[in-house]
Amino acid sequence: MARFIARRLLQLIPILLGLSVLLFAWLRALPGGPAQAALGERATPEAIAQYNELFGLDEPLIVQYLRFLGRAGRLDFGTSARTGRPVTTEFLERMPGTIELTIFAMIFAIGVGIPLGYLAARRHGSWLDSASVIGSLLGVAIPVFFLAYLLRLAFAVELGWLPGSGRQDVRMDATRITNFYVLDGLLTREWDAAWDAVLHLILPAIALGTIPLAIIVRITRASVLDVVNEDYVRTANAKGLARDTVRRRHILRNALLPVSTTIGLQTGLLLSGAVLTETVFSFGGVGSALYDAIFARDYALLQGFVLMLAIMYVLVNLLVDISYGFLDPRVRVR
Amino acid sequence: MTALGDVRRRRIDELAARAGQVSEGEGGVSLTKSAVRRLRRDPVAIIGAVIVVVFLVVAAFAPFLAPRDPLAQTLLSEIRPGFIPGSQEGFPLGVDNLGRDLLSRLIWGSRQSLLIGVVATVLGVIVGMALGVLAGAFGGWVDSVVMRFVDIVLSIPSLLMAISISVLLGQNQYALMIAIAVTQVPIFARLLRGSMLGQRRSDYAVAAQALGIRKSRIVFGHVLPNSLSPVIVQATLSLATAIIEAAALSFLGLGDPDLARPEWGAMLASAQGFLSIRPELAVYPALCIIIVALGFTLLGEALREALDPKFRR
Repeated sequence: MARFIARRLLQLIPILLGLSVLLFAWLRALPGGPAQAALGERATPEAIAQYNELFGLDEPLIVQYLRFLGRAGRLDFGTSARTGRPVTTEFLERMPGTIELTIFAMIFAIGVGIPLGYLAARRHGSWLDSASVIGSLLGVAIPVFFLAYLLRLAFAVELGWLPGSGRQDVRMDATRITNFYVLDGLLTREWDAAWDAVLHLILPAIALGTIPLAIIVRITRASVLDVVNEDYVRTANAKGLARDTVRRRHILRNALLPVSTTIGLQTGLLLSGAVLTETVFSFGGVGSALYDAIFARDYALLQGFVLMLAIMYVLVNLLVDISYGFLDPRVRVR
Repeated sequence: MTALGDVRRRRIDELAARAGQVSEGEGGVSLTKSAVRRLRRDPVAIIGAVIVVVFLVVAAFAPFLAPRDPLAQTLLSEIRPGFIPGSQEGFPLGVDNLGRDLLSRLIWGSRQSLLIGVVATVLGVIVGMALGVLAGAFGGWVDSVVMRFVDIVLSIPSLLMAISISVLLGQNQYALMIAIAVTQVPIFARLLRGSMLGQRRSDYAVAAQALGIRKSRIVFGHVLPNSLSPVIVQATLSLATAIIEAAALSFLGLGDPDLARPEWGAMLASAQGFLSIRPELAVYPALCIIIVALGFTLLGEALREALDPKFRR
């Protein structure tokens, strides 16, 4: 197992290098180049020349790339043009919000998705089965931001049951330790602050969790249907094992293998794909920062965030692969 | 193999492998014929096909079907802060916030959505297939180099990729198409490569080789045509993704800035500000997107089953 993990970690290196080349090329290819990107459209030619000299942009590309790589290695992506703060600081401050949102969305998607998919497969052909199939098709077809708007309009604006924007009530004078607002509330025993943060998470989590929910229902259903017809299930039934034992140990355990893969994959996507949902709910995570950066043409922040998110995505996928190696011994052999 | 996106890649490869088993029809009937026969019996396929055909017809005949000019601000004078006139004589679905007929805009919008979806998917298929053929036909180090590149692109989540490219290329409809196409390239490349690798080992390819037929002829005449079914399925599904993704990019302000071309995603995005006054402005374009995406998804899933030997009974 240790060798398996080591090999996987080594294989990360070319991917990360490739990513860095892509993003370096991206910044070069921007209209007007990095100097104009940093100084704005009305920068004078002298200012641009000065900027280029100051940041070594007049040197050969390879030197520039190595320097970029050195800075990226230290997680130094310059300062955000919009807020004037280091990009990495912005990222570290906002990432906890997105992680919290992702966790809540996945709890929703898994908590509803696996039981629903399992029931649909057990009652194959019933109305519940048809409803779950149609629902899972709709869940993928609906634009996320539209669903988010509907949820916000219905439950926050019209009914007023839940808060519709932000991560916590601004009047809440909460102590910050980790920037995970729910966790902070629990750590400092400010129960009302933790509860308020949870309430703020519910609507965005449902919106964000819809696509994973639809996919989990589908995969669980298909995979339970596959497993039910396997020989070992028939054998287990034939030798008179209790029904619950067959369901738990033979059906569910094997059926959940592909589901676990999907869950890992979707978690990685959510961490990076919360842009739309976060924007609708003005949720102060990584996603809404990306949205603001697009409008402000804040290239430093865009580049840094995209690289860091891509690295996180790669790492989450790596974790999924490794956990898959634990779950399914066959994977390790290859 | 590399670590990254291993799982995502394995899924694509599985699809390729499964479709790769298709090499002969049943009982003397050609594969295409038997697939068509099964599609005609499949209600899912019929619903999907009907939706897709209606969408294509509306897009093609938009100038004749639309009751009014989608750009004429006919009822502008009746719009007041907090009030947008609803359905009335001559305006079955009412007007948008600038007094333009909503129904006509929806009909014209189908053209733009179709155009973006088709162009983006075709671009993705062409480039992806070129890479896939390169890797699948040559194997060896060419395969390694191409696939490493594909893996790197695959390691950037697709929405982030599309955002980065849109920002780079500026705001126009071509940038939008390219941005969406790039996110599709790695999927098609892997799919075709996997499918071709499976076919290359099949009996007929080995037989052709033994007969001394030129390699290019084996690849383009035998292996490639037999490897296409997963690509066709994926392309149908990708049309749905492309239309939804175009709407998302429009919402993020990276869509087509030319307001003279009505487009569902842009209509949906601009209607968000009037959601509490006239929710219909957002609901109708959203419904159009959902129904069309659903149509392509249903058709794609039905095609997958029709072309998959596992389901052939």
